[in-house]
Amino acid sequence: MTALDTAPAPVRVTSGASWWSSVVRARELGIVLALVALVGCTTVANPRFLSGQSIRDILLGTSILAVLAVGQAVVIITRNIDLSVGAVLGLSAFTVGSLVQDNPGLPVVVALLAGLAVGGVCGLVNAVLVRYGQVPALVVTLGTLYAYRGATYLWAGGQQITADELPRDFLGFADASLLGVPWLVVIAVVVIVAAGVLLRNYRLGRELYAMGSSPEAATLVGIKVGRNTLVAFATSGALAGLAGVLFAVRFGTVDAAAGTGYELNVVAAAVVGGVAVFGGSGTVWGAALGALLLTTIGNSLAVLDIDQFWQQAIVGALILLAIAVDRLVALRTARALKTRALKTRALKKGGSHVD
Amino acid sequence: MSRTLTSRAVAAAAAATLAVGLTACGGTTKGSDSGSAPGGTAAAATADPNAALREGLKVAFLPKQLNNPYTDIEVGGGKTALDELKGEYKLVGPNDASASSQVSYINTLIQQQQDVIAVAANDPNAVCPSLNQARAAGIKVVSFDSDAAKDCRDAFVNQATTQGIGDKLVEMTKELAGGSGEIAILSATPNATNQNAWIEVVKTALAKPENAGLKLVKIAYGNDDDQKSFQEAQGLLQSYPNLEVIVSPTTVGIAAAARYVSSSSYKGKVAITGLGTPNAMREYVKNGTATKFALWNPADIGYLAAYAGVALKSGQITGKQGEKFKAGKLGEYTIGADGEIVLGPPTVFDAANIDQFDF
Repeated sequence: MTALDTAPAPVRVTSGASWWSSVVRARELGIVLALVALVGCTTVANPRFLSGQSIRDILLGTSILAVLAVGQAVVIITRNIDLSVGAVLGLSAFTVGSLVQDNPGLPVVVALLAGLAVGGVCGLVNAVLVRYGQVPALVVTLGTLYAYRGATYLWAGGQQITADELPRDFLGFADASLLGVPWLVVIAVVVIVAAGVLLRNYRLGRELYAMGSSPEAATLVGIKVGRNTLVAFATSGALAGLAGVLFAVRFGTVDAAAGTGYELNVVAAAVVGGVAVFGGSGTVWGAALGALLLTTIGNSLAVLDIDQFWQQAIVGALILLAIAVDRLVALRTARALKTRALKTRALKKGGSHVD
Repeated sequence: MSRTLTSRAVAAAAAATLAVGLTACGGTTKGSDSGSAPGGTAAAATADPNAALREGLKVAFLPKQLNNPYTDIEVGGGKTALDELKGEYKLVGPNDASASSQVSYINTLIQQQQDVIAVAANDPNAVCPSLNQARAAGIKVVSFDSDAAKDCRDAFVNQATTQGIGDKLVEMTKELAGGSGEIAILSATPNATNQNAWIEVVKTALAKPENAGLKLVKIAYGNDDDQKSFQEAQGLLQSYPNLEVIVSPTTVGIAAAARYVSSSSYKGKVAITGLGTPNAMREYVKNGTATKFALWNPADIGYLAAYAGVALKSGQITGKQGEKFKAGKLGEYTIGADGEIVLGPPTVFDAANIDQFDF
């Protein structure tokens, strides 16, 4: 038996991958089912929950969180974490807010690019510290969370950018839509699809998963771990910067405290969406669905007249559930692999010992 | 700025409540002849209403924290007053609003032999020993915005009374609802002292027969968070389609509710009012989402504190109930029980006057 345990398991990669992807699909299916049940119950209690305005509100609310969650998923998949996203969002929102305040004619596209740039730089700083400082991402981004927020406070002081100081075109972007779909939602969907395809179908994306599954193995097979870490953090930072612009557009009021505490919501969205905190698994679709689920819970509890303390409890329960599912899946995978190894072994043995 | 405003107001409201409670106690235990002087050591002096205001007094402002927009406006009012009074203005303060952070600043101000310290206490008791040392050294202490314990300051400038704010909220709501209809409150957090005190006043007023037409359907809590306030405003409008007015007595909540309504299909169907800053609300007043709302003017708090401090040091007042003094453009004030000076009813902002204010 001991020999069996230590023997390398000849598992065919293709079958493992398809089995795994079906599990992941099932996980996302779970979120969709939870979402359907939630919307169903709330609609029964209050039919207006499915009105056009309400759906629009949910999607608009989700768009900011989803953009952040996609960036977070990319980082978590590489077995890192980015806790600085709330502060990056704040810095970007204030930078872009000041920028459009001083240049009222600036096209919204430029504002969006500026947000991406600010966030990207913040993300690169995180990456450099993680990669070349050899410090765990948790510690680095906890530090930069305070550093970026501090920088924003230092710059903004008590200043507040209010709706009447922002150009009409900029604020109007929140209401503008493309073929009936609000631009904020379009941007979020583009981000989700682009990141999703990149992670699923491109070499870089697969390398990120490999790094998360086993950093040592990834290095050994020649994956440029350093470069990819930079890419992952820069992506997360840039998306947090983009989310900052969306924040300014949607809420119309920006001060140095914008986005305080968002980082935990974002991590929650990613984890609830099935992105394993130990890296190597999960999808950005899942993270986006997690964001949608959390936002819908918030909206539906407000409609259902449920005490808001419950909201936090429910989010907490969902995180625990997601982690439990994670663990369960991991155990089942391990058992499945072992069983298959046993069978293969037994077959081989059976063959060789025939007299 | 608004986030800190709320916490600031919490302390102020708590202090106000405390003051009211103490007044009640004082009424039962002390005769009216004692005058219930809270001035402690300063009570020995007698006020000379005709004393001239002294020039060149050194007045130090010690707000809860520096680099806070609300605080900046408050102490800015103090500076204006001291320019008028030809006094010497000084501003010191901690970077964090923790309970003990102000103590070392007070000790330094004593060594510098300031004439007046105007303080917004982060903790009513933590600053007490130092403030009493200052008073023993002849420095007059005026608390503003957030009171220190009443036996360690000479006077307290209170921005508004709980009753005054609650009454103003009901008055505006009733007007916007056209006398009757469903109303809802969008508050900050469920345990915010000042918010709950104001909501109590609103509820009491709504119970009166003349307000029978107004029906408070729900109190929602937006946690002073934009996203959460959006969600709660949306929940209110979905759950109560006949809602006439949303009253939000918190600056984050009112701005978020106004932004949400002005960018939704509910615009024009529901009125937004409450307590907000003119800058945050200007856009929504101009686009018709919020026709009127109220707040005290923070600059006036600092202004009044400076005048009170100089009047104290000049011997015009001692902090006893019933003493009167003039505070420049704000007019004459009478000191209330426990050395409390109430700024006055909140200022109401609407399309006609909002452009005169910048804070």
